[in-house]
Amino acid sequence: MQQLAGPLTYQDWDLDKAREAVLEYAGRTGGVMIALHRIQEIFGYIDDSAMPMLGKVFNLSRAEVHGIASFYHDFKREKPGRYTVKVCQAEACQAMGSEKLTEEIKAFLGADFHETSADGNFTLEPVYCLGNCACSPNIMIDTQTYGRVSIDGFKSLASTLAKAVNEQEAK
Amino acid sequence: MVKVYIPRETTADSLGAELLVKAIATEAKYRKLDIEIVRNGSRGACWLEPLVEVETDKGRVGYGPVTLDDVPDLFDADFLNDIQSGGKHAKFLGDVDKLPWFANQERLTFARCGIIEATSVAAYASLGGFVGLKNAMATTPDGIIEEMKASGLRGRGGAAFPTAIKWRTVADCKADQKYIVCNADEGDSGTFSDRMIMEGDPLSLVEGMTIAGLAVGADKGYIYLRSEYPLTQKILNEAIANAEAAGYLGENIQGSGKNFTLEVFMGAGAYICGEETSLLESLEGKRGQIRFKPPLPAIEGLHGKPTVVNNVISLASVPVILEKGGKHYAGYGQGRSLGTMPFQLGGNIKNGGLVEKGFGLTLRQLIEDFGAGTATGKPVRAIQVGGPLGAYFPASLLDTPLDYEEFAKAGGMLGHGGVVVFDDTVNMAKQARFSMEFCAVESCGKCTPCRIGSVRGMEVIDRIVGAKNAEERNAEHIVLKDLCETMESASLCAMGGLTPVPVMSAVKHFVSDFEKEFQDR
Repeated sequence: MQQLAGPLTYQDWDLDKAREAVLEYAGRTGGVMIALHRIQEIFGYIDDSAMPMLGKVFNLSRAEVHGIASFYHDFKREKPGRYTVKVCQAEACQAMGSEKLTEEIKAFLGADFHETSADGNFTLEPVYCLGNCACSPNIMIDTQTYGRVSIDGFKSLASTLAKAVNEQEAK
Repeated sequence: MVKVYIPRETTADSLGAELLVKAIATEAKYRKLDIEIVRNGSRGACWLEPLVEVETDKGRVGYGPVTLDDVPDLFDADFLNDIQSGGKHAKFLGDVDKLPWFANQERLTFARCGIIEATSVAAYASLGGFVGLKNAMATTPDGIIEEMKASGLRGRGGAAFPTAIKWRTVADCKADQKYIVCNADEGDSGTFSDRMIMEGDPLSLVEGMTIAGLAVGADKGYIYLRSEYPLTQKILNEAIANAEAAGYLGENIQGSGKNFTLEVFMGAGAYICGEETSLLESLEGKRGQIRFKPPLPAIEGLHGKPTVVNNVISLASVPVILEKGGKHYAGYGQGRSLGTMPFQLGGNIKNGGLVEKGFGLTLRQLIEDFGAGTATGKPVRAIQVGGPLGAYFPASLLDTPLDYEEFAKAGGMLGHGGVVVFDDTVNMAKQARFSMEFCAVESCGKCTPCRIGSVRGMEVIDRIVGAKNAEERNAEHIVLKDLCETMESASLCAMGGLTPVPVMSAVKHFVSDFEKEFQDR
């Protein structure tokens, strides 16, 4: 099971570029949420310098923007690894051994939740339900969900994905 | 040209469907066979995914679950042309509709799901799609609401509030702008029916929301979708674009002079945003903290305007109600739980997936007849129904009928219809602690019983399981009970208010799990 072609490519942080990318959302319902998603899509995270900029664009205080960005689990404030691995912690996956799987994945990557493996490849995050509860346990890597994941399956997937990183960097 | 159906849907995709599409297309090309791969949704039998279906002159036949290794064999068995020899293949299922799993269901809302190409307006219309909208346009807003009332539909998100009453409230409000908001923040563990319908029959949601707009006088709709569903987002946006192109969304819908526009809005991983007021805050671009009620969202909702907030399944059930009539829909189910419910069978289950059936079947029928028992083959010990805020039931309550009132009588709630099965290796003290932990992680922080009570709850449970003797343990049990009562009666919303339900049900039915000896086993 290997549906991902390789890591998502993130650009280096650039405040002007970030501003340009979100201007069109000013005045839209929930515009600042759309903007936070967009910035993260481009850069992989939301730099602190985006807070005052977003405040200006969306007519909010810096504190309000910070409050929004920090409320939601999705929004990252530091650059993540090349891949983000989310392991489901909710009940349906627990019933199929996700607790053990989580410990094994942590040990294999040498990273706890909210941490990145030493090679910079995998950032590990908890997630509560991926909506694939009849095929537990589930994980998600970037935007791809994987069902009935075993630790062996994860290891081979991780090595394939790591290989894709090397190939990409060799280019 | 032979039509081959392969789902474009999260479950199938999580098991390699996308690779299968490529492999089958490549193999067909290599063998110079003319095929057309159609991307449907899932029919809901997750245990058969990826389910590959072939359209033959004798009907559609299925093969599943198909892996990449099966592809050459399937072609060798001539699975495209010859059902007889294809029938010899180990993965051959025959006419999928005739499998007991499907034949024993009562599909109204999910009638098209998995059958049609998911985002095609023509395919949707060929199986009754947009008939409901045409009927809605031919009657008055009152006429639509009367039909909804006759259907007896109650909110499928979990609260089971009569949909017609909510619509009536919004319809009666005088305002320059009203909204239809679809709650697609399906965060409950064990639930996936919203995702399945949005991926498999997204136009039913589009049509349902448009009808809701006609009924209450709203011309703008939002689908608040959880970010864990990126494939769903793509499919919904395609369906919306197709509906617009065909004149079923946008301005002057089908020449009626009525307008309705629809937008998908992405959440950002907060469970609490499934609570309607929290969702509205989030949609307005704020922290997803809940609002005090009253005012109800029906009166002051999005941007302070009258707003219908309905769950995906409630809205996706509207087209069939308007197509076949409220009476027809109410002909299913029992008592005050009318119509059908898409139950979702997950966790430790052999044949998991989506079962749509009239209210009234028992948990046992669902788990044993449809689910074929646990995946591990061990006995069922606990079942959590209704998501992370639902009660844990012991196997002795398996004969409880799945019906709002019957479930409430048994101390539980149906919620969004998620059923999560655990085998006999489950540690219920751990599950109870997790309920508190989950509440602590996902609490919006606005009210104290939820924000702090959940943390104290974890601590008390830790002290219970670590107690040196029965006396100490019993004293802590009293504290836990007291804490749960406070959370239940003093929390602002269902998050803090219902977290005690799984906790206290675990204590009630599995109290020995909280003893130190059990923990040390």
